[in-house]
Amino acid sequence: MLPLLGVFACKKSPDAGSLDVIPVGEFASLTGATASFGQSSHKGTQMAIDEVNAAGGVLGKKLKLITEDDQSRPGEAATVVRKMLSRDKIVALLGEVASSRSLEAAPLCQQAGIPMISPASTNPKVTEVGDFVFRVCFIDPFQGTVLSKFALSKGWKKVAVLTDVKQDYSVGLSQYFKKHFTANGGEIVGEQSYSSGDKDFKAQLTAIKGSQPDAVVASGYYTETGLISLQARELQVNAPLLGGDGWDSPSLVEVGGKAIEGSFFSNHFSVEDPAPAIQGFLKKYRTKFGAEPDAMSALGYDSAMILVDAMKRAGTSEGPKLKAAIASTKDFAAVTGKITLNAERNADKSAVMLEVKGGQFRYVETVAP
Amino acid sequence: MGARSGFLAAVLAAFVISGLFTGHPEAAWPLAQLDDYLLNILILAGINVVLATSLNIVNGHTGQFSLGHAGFMAVGAYGSAALTQINGKACLAALSFLGPCAQGGLFVCALLFGAALAALAGLAVGLPSLRLRGDYLAIVTLGFGEIIRVVFQNTEAVGGARGLTGIPPQTTLGWTWAVAALCIYCVSALVNSTYGRGFLAVRDDEIAAEAMGINPTRYKVTAFVVGAFFAGLAGALYAHLIGYISPEGFTFLKSVDVVVMVILGGMGSTVGVAFAAVGLTVLNELLRQAEQYRMVAFSLLLIVLMITRPQGLLGGMGRFFSRKGGNP
Amino acid sequence: MNEFLQQLINGLSLGAVYALIALGYTMVYGVLRFINFAHGDVFMVGAFAGMYFGRWLKPHLVGWPEWLFAGLILLLVMVACAALGGLVERLAYKPLREKPRLTVLITAIGVSLLLEYTGQLIFGAAPRGFPSLLTSAPIAGLGGLHVSNIQMIVLGVTAALLMCLHYIVMRTRMGLAMRALSLNPTAASLMGVNNSVVISFTFGLGSALAGAGAVFYASLYQAIDPFMGVLPGMKAFVAAVLGGIGSLPGAMVGGLILGVIETLVVGYSQVLGVPPGYRDAVAFVILILILLFKPSGLFGKTLKEKV
Repeated sequence: MLPLLGVFACKKSPDAGSLDVIPVGEFASLTGATASFGQSSHKGTQMAIDEVNAAGGVLGKKLKLITEDDQSRPGEAATVVRKMLSRDKIVALLGEVASSRSLEAAPLCQQAGIPMISPASTNPKVTEVGDFVFRVCFIDPFQGTVLSKFALSKGWKKVAVLTDVKQDYSVGLSQYFKKHFTANGGEIVGEQSYSSGDKDFKAQLTAIKGSQPDAVVASGYYTETGLISLQARELQVNAPLLGGDGWDSPSLVEVGGKAIEGSFFSNHFSVEDPAPAIQGFLKKYRTKFGAEPDAMSALGYDSAMILVDAMKRAGTSEGPKLKAAIASTKDFAAVTGKITLNAERNADKSAVMLEVKGGQFRYVETVAP
Repeated sequence: MGARSGFLAAVLAAFVISGLFTGHPEAAWPLAQLDDYLLNILILAGINVVLATSLNIVNGHTGQFSLGHAGFMAVGAYGSAALTQINGKACLAALSFLGPCAQGGLFVCALLFGAALAALAGLAVGLPSLRLRGDYLAIVTLGFGEIIRVVFQNTEAVGGARGLTGIPPQTTLGWTWAVAALCIYCVSALVNSTYGRGFLAVRDDEIAAEAMGINPTRYKVTAFVVGAFFAGLAGALYAHLIGYISPEGFTFLKSVDVVVMVILGGMGSTVGVAFAAVGLTVLNELLRQAEQYRMVAFSLLLIVLMITRPQGLLGGMGRFFSRKGGNP
Repeated sequence: MNEFLQQLINGLSLGAVYALIALGYTMVYGVLRFINFAHGDVFMVGAFAGMYFGRWLKPHLVGWPEWLFAGLILLLVMVACAALGGLVERLAYKPLREKPRLTVLITAIGVSLLLEYTGQLIFGAAPRGFPSLLTSAPIAGLGGLHVSNIQMIVLGVTAALLMCLHYIVMRTRMGLAMRALSLNPTAASLMGVNNSVVISFTFGLGSALAGAGAVFYASLYQAIDPFMGVLPGMKAFVAAVLGGIGSLPGAMVGGLILGVIETLVVGYSQVLGVPPGYRDAVAFVILILILLFKPSGLFGKTLKEKV
């Protein structure tokens, strides 16, 4: 065991304490079950850092992005973040998409006095950890409200809810949807649930069919939503499906095909938005990766850009001052909309509703906070 | 027996002392050079030692096969968090007579409470599983582990799928290795006692053991309860290390991780299994870049090992430490 | 009432797939007295094989009628799975013929993990769409009930495969050898049965059924991933135990019963007061109850442990 300890002890990072670069940490699920989210957000973050460095860096120094993979496994996030905090001496941390893993990292950053910006963790608890923890996305209560408002504006009064009880994200979204929807005159006519990994939803859908809803909220991820849409249509449940940003993946259409057509979901941005910030980002992303960006890449990009902006304003990369600068971010023109960080360190910004049409995600409307 | 348990008792004492007197792990002198990351790995290694040696009682010494260790770990984690997080303020107030030690006292109570609950769960799993052997038992324990996880997942009071946040991070290196040393000591003392020979007898031939007047039922249940108790302790330590637990952390794959440690270390060899637990934890860090190949390599190793060396990579090491050399 | 019938149909079509996988467990158990943990993963490999065969062959066989093309894919997948099953048996299990059961069990877990993680390495962790081999169409004239042609085909082909299997086991020399081996391996080999060949054949046959199950499952649910075999595999095992392990009709009935119970528990969760999140626990609760109260299952024979 001692020789093994020696290996660790000698692996001191050469960058620790060197002055010509600013080390910024990033943790993401590059492999494992939610690899697609982690890879997307990582691409966005990497692109932002490269862009800043190409333009001369910040505070006269280049940024160095240190990326660690948490393998989508519980417990690993805490380990890799400790590694970056103590070995790489990072000045700030970017990540994660999954709230459960952000929740592992947040207390460590709080304790170390290093600001952390999560690109896409929507669980309200994440930023409640402390004043060093921020996010650039909206939170579950807001997204639930957006869906509810949209449903009401469509005149849907009777809605059934299908929740993935294994995913904190889905549970939260359904909960806040129900709260707003019932408080504003809607009626929840059926509540069913499943666990991610399930393939058969016919039992739930048959029960939902009996209540004849105007729409069905499927608040889980795209992995199951595609299948749910297929089986719903098979059972002649023809009400449109309604979901959140967890739907955002080409694989939703690949699996769902025709069945998912005419369904709606809320998202952080739309590629159809003509705003220059978005179109500029799209162009750069397509050139760099030869693929269409999704919301996770846009949020990854924004998280890094907000950090850089704060560094410039703070004039330093010291934890407490950097934290104060991030906290005072106001009307920052990000890809995913104008971002203002509120007192709870969450992003106040609008969401967009998208419709699945012709295998594409088409822009429907913007819902303000 | 004497020299060995003396050695273990000394190690145990050293760790208990360092555990009790170091609020901040950096304060203890040998640990002054450790950074947070290294410390974290050593703590994880300790937790894995507890998990692996406790599973070894069931899978190694008694010759049963449990695939539900993560379930007991979950019970310990949630049970301890029930005291320190969910009812944290009330419990702390109740222990206020301890003065400055109240926080530490609560932590100890929480550890024991979680472990006791896990032991109860072990009893619940052990009793109905008695009629089963080998592969049936493996599937039933796996099923119990999953049922435990599903129950936590559907219980809103402990956060459901969203998990439980804000558990005070009280697990230190000292505490972890104190528990690890206690676990190693208890397991080897139990197995090497006259009473404990019964475990090996049940493993080697249940029917013959019964004919010799050994009650296999009692031994199997004891193994399950002791194993679950320590798994619960490990779970409680884990919860207070990460500060956040969710049902996702206690799936079947976590159980498999522990099973791999036990098999590589050599079923029934306490020392081998403890070394394997530390080795695999460290290896996991060193091979972080090659994570995708990790499980492929381990599963291949498992198959090759079973065909060529079923006693495990480190199996038989116990002989160096035990004068009797009886248990391979 | 209509809703209940619909749930029953949902349950039966799910159960048919469990039944096909359960048949493989039961056959291997009958001959070797051990649970092939990797069976569910052979099923997963079958699904991916089906996906690749479907994609590769589609452009070459444009003019073929749909049913013939689907049949060809089914056959190819069954052959591929049989080959994989045979290979696994030769390389991993055969060297352990005389070793303790625990050693074989651990090897089986090792094989299972190896297939899963190699699958993840090759196919990626994200779910993939399975090409639709048959155009799904509702069957008309059933009142308010919705049954797709695929569901009916799955039930029909499952029944046909079961009959084939019954014929092989009961009417052929190989089947006779299998039954002899299952009764007493030593005596069988003294009577001139080549145990090695029979065991390999049994593995191949069981794996081929898992392959068929995979094609049906993937056609019904259209998304496949490297870990898709774990839960259906375990549930199929429960089905095999429920029916009485070692019994072919038992596996079939057990699979159908499990599918129906699971569907009803989820569909009537509010009536029963059981959250649908407990779905996966249902199978395990059934398993534990059966093992406690009737370990031999519905159709199984009680075997006395010999000293």
